[in-house]
Amino acid sequence: MRKSLFEKVWDAHAVRTLANGQTQLLVGTHLIHEVTSPQAFGMLRDLGLKVAMPHRTFATVDHIVPTDQFAEPYRDPLAQAMMEELRKNCASTGITFFDRASGKQGIVHIVGPEQGITQPGTTIACGDSHTSTHGAFGAIAFGIGTTQIRDVLATQTMALGKLKVRRIEVSGKLLPGVYAKDVILHIIRTLGVNGGTGFAYEYAGEVFDRFTMEERMTVCNMSIEGGARAGYVNPDETTFAYLQGRPYSPKAAQWDAAVANWKSFASDPGCHYDDVVKIAAADIAPTVTWGINPGQAIAINESIPDAAKTNVVDEKASIEEALAYMKLTPGAPIKGTKIDVAFLGSCTNGRLSDFQEVARFLKGRKVAAGVKAIAVPGSQIVALQCIAQGIDRVFSDAGFEWREAGCSMCLAMNPDKLIGDQLCASSSNRNFKGRQGSPTGRTILMSPLMVAAAAVNGSIADAREVFAVN
Amino acid sequence: MALEKIISITGPAVYVPGNDIDTDRIIPARFMKCIVFDGLGEFLFYDVRKNADGTDRPHPLNEARFKRATILLSGANFGCGSSREHAPQAIQKYGFKAVIAENFAEIFLGNCTTLGLPCATASREDIAKIAAVVAQEPTAEVVIDVVKQEVRFAGQTVKAEVRASARDALIHGRWDPIGELLDGLPAVQTTAAKLPYLAA
Ligand code: SF4
Repeated sequence: MRKSLFEKVWDAHAVRTLANGQTQLLVGTHLIHEVTSPQAFGMLRDLGLKVAMPHRTFATVDHIVPTDQFAEPYRDPLAQAMMEELRKNCASTGITFFDRASGKQGIVHIVGPEQGITQPGTTIACGDSHTSTHGAFGAIAFGIGTTQIRDVLATQTMALGKLKVRRIEVSGKLLPGVYAKDVILHIIRTLGVNGGTGFAYEYAGEVFDRFTMEERMTVCNMSIEGGARAGYVNPDETTFAYLQGRPYSPKAAQWDAAVANWKSFASDPGCHYDDVVKIAAADIAPTVTWGINPGQAIAINESIPDAAKTNVVDEKASIEEALAYMKLTPGAPIKGTKIDVAFLGSCTNGRLSDFQEVARFLKGRKVAAGVKAIAVPGSQIVALQCIAQGIDRVFSDAGFEWREAGCSMCLAMNPDKLIGDQLCASSSNRNFKGRQGSPTGRTILMSPLMVAAAAVNGSIADAREVFAVN
Repeated sequence: MALEKIISITGPAVYVPGNDIDTDRIIPARFMKCIVFDGLGEFLFYDVRKNADGTDRPHPLNEARFKRATILLSGANFGCGSSREHAPQAIQKYGFKAVIAENFAEIFLGNCTTLGLPCATASREDIAKIAAVVAQEPTAEVVIDVVKQEVRFAGQTVKAEVRASARDALIHGRWDPIGELLDGLPAVQTTAAKLPYLAA
């Protein structure tokens, strides 16, 4: 029988069927971080249980680390406590911890791929919604809650119901100035923030075939924002080339066998999909959000929606609520909206290629007066690569603050926060109310180059115009 | 591990209106910097319940007459957003024993079930009916019957669906899967041995 990658990976990792009909699914790789794991270790201790496979569990610290301070103790005692708790839990159970002193620390979804831990045909779980990022490698990766973290720690498995699979094909070629981020914002806008409920997304088509691994990661990262529990791209030569030579990748002697095995997981041509969605690359423009969820997005040249123009009651209410919060004018162009902060980073767009691409255009330009701009590499390795290529200088010369690796302003768990109702042009993945640390702070999601354009312009702008992209 | 069989939930309810109430709204991210979950309850809906200076804003949970509520009523797509369990934990630690909404975000529903917190879906009209009764009489007893999948209140009965897998787990006392997962450990080793990346 022809099977999709999802089914093959699922079947290979299904241990048995539980009494409630769910599957006991083997989790090949468990990634943990400081925010969601301490409670799980606590539950484990309460139950007198041990970590089942410490060698398949990897830890890093990302959410709470201050990006302007390396030395401990941190100014926030709670952050320091979480850091020490993770250190203690890893040391006592034999889990590898990519601590800041290792030079390999970073956002968990950047560290896994970077180390070659994320591999095709595997299952991955992490107590973080954006675990779907790892699907870029043809892995099935789930964001899980703390109780499930406990389950995975104790048994290396979790109880899960099988998902349906929707294939999303993006055909043709993206226009200049249109990036992976625009692709996923467009998909979420098209299918809705709940459109993916109950599904795993298989991303395919010429655009994904051509995408680099980092671009694939950007798209898979935000699957959850479209309601999909997981998202993946079938592994191909791009995947294998990326993995070759990484610390945890199979070594030379095992390489060919590993590649053959990985290839066998790719979806069979003609296999069954529960749904197929086709999107033309040419229809995708640089996209920005205007509201308070990632589906509330428009192309840069569109105007802000007007609640008066819809008769759907729910839609009216959600537009009104979003615009009241965002303090934006219905019907006005989004272009020209003044910004206070520009944030470049996160597990969506905090990789080397993101900074490289922006640096190409940012050279010789200056951040507009009154705009606070910060650039935060997603990992220490990304930071080093940027420094080696002089990219950090391009950013600092332009007026960006160049920071240490971490989640930073993607969420409000470290000192990088919006103040009051500041409006932030952000390369991150969530524009929920209060997400960036101030209960009235406002977020507009966009691609890294659009963030740079907004920073230079002082307002939301079309990067293609600001930087003469063509 | 023997767990309580959750057959029904009975108690006063409170209606927190709104669609797409996300986990950041339920518990703002800055309160998640905790090492244990205890104490999360007091920060439930914090940013919509409190002003910047910590004084109360108008919110159902701030009204004395709803303080004893153990059933939370809300709108569509409740619990969307982050996978973190802090949101269901905050709801449970606050004192809620069940949630009724038009529908729930996937991960949130799973996380609630694992805590033994039933999530029942009812139609918008029926939620409005319950909300109307509760607004009139905050102490009115609301019963969520997990087995019959209905809500009874003030002499009325409306349909309230509990997803089959969750319902089964709740009524059979299997809502926390750890016991069964541990029983499967020998089979886990067999499955792992067949996978090159785990066998190595
Ligand atoms: S960068 Fe943002 S979305 Fe990604 S793991 Fe960190 S907090 Fe979560």
